[in-house]
Amino acid sequence: MTAKMIRWAAAALAAGIALTTTVASAEEKAQEFPLLKPTRQEWSFAGIFGRYDQAQLQRGYQVYKDVCSSCHSMKLVKFRNLADEGGPGFSEDAVKVLAATYAIEDGPNDVGEMFERPRLPSDPFPSPFANDNAARAANGGALPPDMSLLAKARAVHRGFPWFVFDMFWPYQEQGPDYIASLLTGYQDPPEGVEVPEGTYYNPHFINGISLRMPPPLDDDLVEYSDGTPQTKEQYAQDVSAFLMWAAEPHLDARKELGLKVMLYLIIFAGILYFVKRQVWRGVPH
Amino acid sequence: MAESDTPAEPTRRDFLLHAAGAFGVVGVAAAAWPFVDQMNPDASTRAMASVEVDISGVQPGQAITVMWRGKPVVIRNRTEKEIEEGKAVKLDELKDPLARNANADASADATDANRAATGKENILVMTKVCTHLGCIPLDESGEFGGWFCPCHGSVYDTAGRIRKGPAPENLPIPPYAFLTDTKIRIG
Amino acid sequence: MSGHSTYVPRTAIGKWFEARLPIVRLLHDTAVSYPTPRNLNALWTFGGILAMMLVVQIVTGIVLAMHYAAESHVAFRSVESIMRDVNWGWLIRYLHANGASMFFIAVYIHIFRGLYYGSYKAPREILWILGVIIYLLMMAAAFMGYVLPWGQMSFWGATVITNFFTALPIVGQPIQTLLIGGFSVDNATLNRFFSLHYLLPFLIAGVVVLHVWALHVVGQNNPLGIDVKSEKDTVPFTPFATSKDVMWIVLFMIFYGWFVFYQPNFLGHPDNYIEANPLATPAHIVPEWYFLPFYAILRAIDFNIGPIDSKLGGVLAMFGAIAVLAFLPWLDTSKVRSGRFRPIFKVAFWVFGVNALFLGYLGSVKTDDIIGGMQAVSWAKLSTLYYFAYFLVILPVLGYIEKPKPLPVSINDAILAKSAASSAH
Repeated sequence: MTAKMIRWAAAALAAGIALTTTVASAEEKAQEFPLLKPTRQEWSFAGIFGRYDQAQLQRGYQVYKDVCSSCHSMKLVKFRNLADEGGPGFSEDAVKVLAATYAIEDGPNDVGEMFERPRLPSDPFPSPFANDNAARAANGGALPPDMSLLAKARAVHRGFPWFVFDMFWPYQEQGPDYIASLLTGYQDPPEGVEVPEGTYYNPHFINGISLRMPPPLDDDLVEYSDGTPQTKEQYAQDVSAFLMWAAEPHLDARKELGLKVMLYLIIFAGILYFVKRQVWRGVPH
Repeated sequence: MAESDTPAEPTRRDFLLHAAGAFGVVGVAAAAWPFVDQMNPDASTRAMASVEVDISGVQPGQAITVMWRGKPVVIRNRTEKEIEEGKAVKLDELKDPLARNANADASADATDANRAATGKENILVMTKVCTHLGCIPLDESGEFGGWFCPCHGSVYDTAGRIRKGPAPENLPIPPYAFLTDTKIRIG
Repeated sequence: MSGHSTYVPRTAIGKWFEARLPIVRLLHDTAVSYPTPRNLNALWTFGGILAMMLVVQIVTGIVLAMHYAAESHVAFRSVESIMRDVNWGWLIRYLHANGASMFFIAVYIHIFRGLYYGSYKAPREILWILGVIIYLLMMAAAFMGYVLPWGQMSFWGATVITNFFTALPIVGQPIQTLLIGGFSVDNATLNRFFSLHYLLPFLIAGVVVLHVWALHVVGQNNPLGIDVKSEKDTVPFTPFATSKDVMWIVLFMIFYGWFVFYQPNFLGHPDNYIEANPLATPAHIVPEWYFLPFYAILRAIDFNIGPIDSKLGGVLAMFGAIAVLAFLPWLDTSKVRSGRFRPIFKVAFWVFGVNALFLGYLGSVKTDDIIGGMQAVSWAKLSTLYYFAYFLVILPVLGYIEKPKPLPVSINDAILAKSAASSAH
């Protein structure tokens, strides 16, 4: 039985290698976006034991609030989430105060009129524009995407054969890698490359050579109170981590539960192996 | 059929089977919990746990009803007469002697004072859901001048205490607090 | 497969029940005393794994339906509220989404096991065809389920797939309009897909019962592909097969758990985290991985064949690729079941397997991508050709020209010979 299996595995491996070489010789196509694959970064939440870095999420929120939120909405995230376990770890009172600094339209009241009231923790983050059309009109026709799920929606494909390796050594941080690369990837277009009017060249952009968003980050743009270096790169990292949390708020819980479940299953499988061996003992097969 | 040479090591085999069985049962039980717990109120429902109400416009003899956790909560500004009637009732006349007030001790008596707002005996805040089977009682009706449930004829007095009919308990009083003299937060 | 039942009720209640509804006898005969060939390898545990996956999908699906709203304006948000707010919602949704992939991984192993050991041959033709029907129902259920989150890939997948029907002359357009309930994929489509997505798993469960019934009539095939000749060839299902099945089910769950807990979005498409937008098609539409080989076959037909235009040709080729499986019992003319004893078949089979993987890869790239100096679409044509040639030419012809190796007399003989050989080492 075992010899059989080894032969099978060998055949599958041979097939895999044959495939790999075929594909490796594929020629690069002219315009494949993004022009540059995202730069792989270190993330505290990567890997089996990875968890969000609370301080980083707080800084990331600060960058989002001070910079991104002037154009990008984040409709799926509520203020109360900032106090959730596995998140930036704000206190409930801090969240209440923070939420109350934004107004929201509510109503109608007893006389049928809409009114404004301060936001409660159960209210979502405010959107900078009333609707998508207003957002387009204010941004030269381009719609700043909602950021709630951006870190999961912008996972750039790594292509064959990388995705096979990623399956076994988990790499699930394509999204934050992309966002961080994009934020720091603005540069002057190379010789002879024409960039459409009102757009900015960025080889990391997923959907073309340039985008409408001007470079949003610069050194010392946001003031950190914990002494973290106030560089463009640091801001990009922090806000990318924050966006990953916004897109996948239960990541910590998931990986923690996963550890327990996997451990249980492995031990259980071990016991069952001995049960099977015991049952089949003396029965040639 | 297999050769019957099983008695090799019966104890070891039994132990393994029991260990596997116990392990499996524990695993299935643990895995069942998320599938049960998912039916509990979700985070957004739990977060909507409080409402704020302005009662400055509620004159004596008037009431407003607001929604709290999907249920109507009545806030009544009681008249002198209603308060008198509420106070005149002796405790042993009551079907349910407990105050059922989330803001008071669980063993508190159902006196009028324990039912009304602390320091504001004219204000009565109550979940207006009949304790019998969950219908909504009608305001200012019934023989005790309080509430009357049209479904099965439960009658509550001016302090919302059950006096007659099938309902077993007084109308419950939700947790609430006065933020200002005229503003109440329920929940 | 002796029709004799060995069940004897022991308790008074058991006897009382037995006289009124002999369901315990049915279960006993099905899952306890049922004789299984003693030489089954691990590949034979995938039936049990699939049964487990069907249960997992139905249970998680029913739970998700408690929180999901099939309305085009709120569907996307309701899925996100499951992910964010519902207690354990993220776990249940990831179990369900990855469960679909695991279901297909298991079913493909199950199918390829059948292909290699000739499990489709007489007397198991009906068993095999029921399996093909289950596979078709699974594909329909998976496709409709993928539409429900109402992301970009959901929407455009639904649009592309329902457009298959417009390839049919005259009736095509009305059929498509009927299916989607409008002139484009919209709320009506979403609602009916939800309804059918809820129904199909129960149909699958029904056909699975028939599949298992048929299996118990004809008995299991085995790696040697020869018939069971005597009781010496078999062992009772419990504890022998059960102990093996349960162990492999748990091993499969480790694989499943790996994806759910550490790679939950690996098998999905990032664009499905963008809400459906009827105004913008994603740059690169790909179906879920389990449909990729068929998608490659669809795209391989980019030329007209006589009166059949390329669009209809592609759709016919794609459906034909599945339909041909149903005729397999009669296309393979060899008298020998197991690939172990068929030297030429073995090669053709492994080429078929690699070819199927390659078709899957081709389905994931753009048609004008260059692979090894040739366009992907040209590779797809070659691969598609081999796919059909395997069923329509190679298998029918091989039965006549191939000289199979000698078969053992019985399963028991083969096992004894093997253990003698290994003890001689």
